[in-house]
Amino acid sequence: MANLKTAEKKTKAQSMGMHTETLTGKTQQKFFNPDEAENFFYWGTYDVDFNKRTDLDVKDLDCKQANGKIDELMSQGYGTIVIKNPQGKHSLGVGVLNKLNLIFEGSLGYFGVGSIDGPIVRVNGRVGWSCAENMMAGKVVIEKNAGSCFGAAIRGGDLICKGSVGARTGIDQKGGTIIIGGDAGAFTGFMMQRGRIVILGDVGINLGDSMYDGTIYVGGKIGSFGSDAVESPMTKDDIDWLKRKLKVAEIGENFDVSKMTKVVAGKKLWNYDALEPTEKKGAI
Amino acid sequence: MCGIAGLIHRGKSSNVGEELQHMLQALKHRGPDSTGYALYADNDGQNFILRFKVGENVGEGSTSVNEDESVYNERKKAVDKKLSELGALVVKEEKLTPYSYRYEIKFDKDLMDFSKTIESIQSVEILSIGKSLELIKDLGDATVVSERYGLSKVQGTHGIGHARMATESGVDIKSAHPFWGYPFADVSVVHNGQLTNYWNNRRVLENKGMRFMSECDSELIAVFLAERMRKGATLEEGMKESLTGLDGVFTYFVATKDSLGMAKDTMAAKPLVLYESDDLVAMGSEEIAIRSILPQEIDTYDPFDGEVKVWQT
Repeated sequence: MANLKTAEKKTKAQSMGMHTETLTGKTQQKFFNPDEAENFFYWGTYDVDFNKRTDLDVKDLDCKQANGKIDELMSQGYGTIVIKNPQGKHSLGVGVLNKLNLIFEGSLGYFGVGSIDGPIVRVNGRVGWSCAENMMAGKVVIEKNAGSCFGAAIRGGDLICKGSVGARTGIDQKGGTIIIGGDAGAFTGFMMQRGRIVILGDVGINLGDSMYDGTIYVGGKIGSFGSDAVESPMTKDDIDWLKRKLKVAEIGENFDVSKMTKVVAGKKLWNYDALEPTEKKGAI
Repeated sequence: MCGIAGLIHRGKSSNVGEELQHMLQALKHRGPDSTGYALYADNDGQNFILRFKVGENVGEGSTSVNEDESVYNERKKAVDKKLSELGALVVKEEKLTPYSYRYEIKFDKDLMDFSKTIESIQSVEILSIGKSLELIKDLGDATVVSERYGLSKVQGTHGIGHARMATESGVDIKSAHPFWGYPFADVSVVHNGQLTNYWNNRRVLENKGMRFMSECDSELIAVFLAERMRKGATLEEGMKESLTGLDGVFTYFVATKDSLGMAKDTMAAKPLVLYESDDLVAMGSEEIAIRSILPQEIDTYDPFDGEVKVWQT
């Protein structure tokens, strides 16, 4: 790593792997200065103690107030937060960027726990549309059903729904794993680009429509394949991975994963391959 | 985007006016322009309830105009004259706003002829006819409309409602939901979505003698179902046909005097959350609508693409 005190600005930033080109955007110029140490850390993250536990009743709070309280509790070091009476409110638990045990005693509305990076979340209820959208890391477990666009555009982590989910599960998925204990609706894996989706039950029409890459495993009936989605043979690696993943997810005990249908992209797109950008650099 | 809500009590009556008000108020952020209710009330079933308007409440983008109350009064007199000519006996009449009325009438002839005759008067629109249907719609949120029309005390078995964000047509009563399933008594529809083959369908249905009162695409659903039912289809059959007959994205509810149904398009592009128990079905565009009347922890789910369901009282 370059010496941060003596290197040129551009070199400093590059040495930290934060970007590899000159920043020209107004927003970047305004908010990013590689001379300022705080830019090298996630803003809004906290060191928390999992053993420090508290309850938070959000019955009379709106989502902004509730999320502000969660942030405040994390800043005080609480590592296990139990949310009481979420009552289907939207956008609860979003933007948590550090390790945290977050437990919801009830159901969430739309956009619950979106854009998270690291927490372990358990929802003892149902979630509405777009749960865990843009999730980057961590684990989210939903005990009941979920709405449409479950795990839209997730980049990483494990997202588990023990019940059934609506349409467009894993739309635009870019990484991570989505596991569904029940059935899934139409357009599951729509335009997915990477990652894995596991559905133990049936799935609706247009499965994997326009998928670029990634893998979908289905335990039950498939309504129909979408454009570009094709069946692929199950391998021993697939079976081993599925067994391990389902065990960790505490779902599908005694489920015969060897009989699942594996679905992948059947079309190679122009100028697209399955390598991560960092892997490409290594290859060069 | 719009918000829709509906509920049906099975085997009993409840305060559906107040319940639907809470559900729609929780969805206000989805549609602040106008609110509509179709309540199936505990009326005695002897007379028809006729709700009609003789003028508009005009908001942004409307092609209608506000007029003087004296104009409304003249139209009301014209309605009374037509009713007399049709042989309808007015048992009770209520003036609800300067531009809307609720009549109880005795009438036993063809409702289509009846409706055509009444609506031949300029700017007069029948909002609903039925033995139990009370269809109310106006500008404002759920609470404003409920208070204006005294809906919080309405007892009944079921109802559907709509919080509208105007996108396809202006802000006025004629474009507000619910839509009456002309010419069928006690049929009403609310819709969330956009229909892309509205004009094609409208031309075909108008050639078959069906009537459209607005340019709101959602009205097509009510007319489409009414036309199928006129040919002898059941409500559920008509709803299933609508999945292929209507193009676009939609979730809609339809209610009759003793049933409530929902249909979701084949792409499941519009939201719906459903709670179902032995004595109550409640559903809405968002879970918070259901939570507004059932705050305790309950099991809810999203119906799948292309799903049609009908429940009886």
